[in-house]
Amino acid sequence: MIHFDNVTKVYTNQNRPALDHVSVDVDKGEFVFLVGSSGSGKSTFLRLILKEERPNSGAIHVAGKDLARLSNFKVPHLRRRIGCVFQDFRLLPNKNVYENVAFALEVIGKPRRFIRKVVPEVIELVGLEGKAHRMPDELSGGEQQRVAMARAFVNRPMILLADEPTGNIDPATSIGIMKVLDRINRTGTTVVMATHDAAIVDSMRKRVVELEDGKIVRDQSRGVYGQAY
Amino acid sequence: MRANFIFSEVWIGLRRNLTMTIAVIITVAVGMAMLGVGLMINTQVSMMKDFWYDKVEVSVFLCNKGSAIPACKGKAITAEQTKALQAQIQQTPGVKEVFYEDQAQAYKNFQQSYASNKALVDATKVEDMPTSFRVKLSDPDNYQPVVAAVEGKPGVSQVTNQKDLIGNFFSMLDTLRWAALVVAGVLVLAAALLIGNTVRLSAYNRRRETGIMRLVGASNLYIQLPFVMEGMIAGLIGGVVAAVFLIMAKVLIFEEVARYLAIGSQLGWDSVATVIMGTLGIGVVICVLASFITLRRYLRV
Repeated sequence: MIHFDNVTKVYTNQNRPALDHVSVDVDKGEFVFLVGSSGSGKSTFLRLILKEERPNSGAIHVAGKDLARLSNFKVPHLRRRIGCVFQDFRLLPNKNVYENVAFALEVIGKPRRFIRKVVPEVIELVGLEGKAHRMPDELSGGEQQRVAMARAFVNRPMILLADEPTGNIDPATSIGIMKVLDRINRTGTTVVMATHDAAIVDSMRKRVVELEDGKIVRDQSRGVYGQAY
Repeated sequence: MRANFIFSEVWIGLRRNLTMTIAVIITVAVGMAMLGVGLMINTQVSMMKDFWYDKVEVSVFLCNKGSAIPACKGKAITAEQTKALQAQIQQTPGVKEVFYEDQAQAYKNFQQSYASNKALVDATKVEDMPTSFRVKLSDPDNYQPVVAAVEGKPGVSQVTNQKDLIGNFFSMLDTLRWAALVVAGVLVLAAALLIGNTVRLSAYNRRRETGIMRLVGASNLYIQLPFVMEGMIAGLIGGVVAAVFLIMAKVLIFEEVARYLAIGSQLGWDSVATVIMGTLGIGVVICVLASFITLRRYLRV
């Protein structure tokens, strides 16, 4: 599903590479934690998957497509198959929960009938039934992140990328968020989650890929956050 | 593509940047009106040229008895001199026709031209009128041979070329036209820059929305279209205002001028319509281009 082959990314004006000869494979339906300290290259890894950045060398395949050979014109189609969740939720403050989720479908031109059918389903899936008409500022942080997940998942992506989704949320609420991610993963969606949250990684017992200074220093199935290697 | 989604986005964008939008509309309107006026003057001038150049003639005034012009030396032209002169003019290359205008005919024309000035008409007698040859040329620009052939001949008091008289008028209109076109050019530039700024503001205001649109895989067209439409609608409204200006210019200026000057053929509504369509099109195209170019800089897709 995601295939990095010897990928190196150096940002201009920086001599140290953000990713340094990284090779990793993520299969369909896998749940992968991407751990490492700030600046270790986690966000760069996610941005490369979205083709927001281009690697300096190496090849990236996502959902069977070679990103280097994917024309700019087709990048939006790639992104339709990838859902994204961020630490800062990125909801539209002037739209309610339903509209925020529906927005993701409206802008890719889905018919209204389809939107009316799937948006309530997804809102229920993330556990926000009955709150469809709340505005984002009426929701707690955890609820806002659930809205963001609903928006990321509403188009049934093959891959869900989560960049520190629990970064702004207290530990108790985080468990609920992780349950939703797990539920999404069980539908067959590949989930890649970058995180600092050791407790979560330890409790989930999923595959862990650790980055340090742009290099993969650990890749364990059923790993924990801080295990020595 | 969902039209109502795009339109609601466009509407929000225009409302958020209301002052900038108004500035764009005014600039486009005035710019396009100037361009239109320039084009209308252009059409009018060429129509007038066709009309006038058909009528212009070289007038060879002949000496009367007691004429004050020094070339006559106080003597009237003799019948033989008149005949010789007519023959000579007719032989000159480029001459189409020659009419002899006697005093009675000249007086009649004079009465007609100065009908509004009764005192002058009353004070002037038939005998005061000069006789003249009216020479029609096949090419009004080629008057030199006729002037050379008759000037200084006995009995000729004065040679006037009407082309010189209306030439001044036309060169004034030419200046006007160029002035209008230059102002139009400057305003079009200003409009393009203003639109650029509006789009930049718009892109900044809507960076959350566009960011999410990018993320969920909205096509570039879908992301850019609301911005381009904002520019296009501002351009369109500006063009419509310019059209109103142009219609007013046609009624209040061109028709009034035509009433005072015997312009001959008047600028018709069909040419006004063509000019309006043209300026409207140019206005919209400029707005769309300006939006598009700025978008490429400020909206990473």
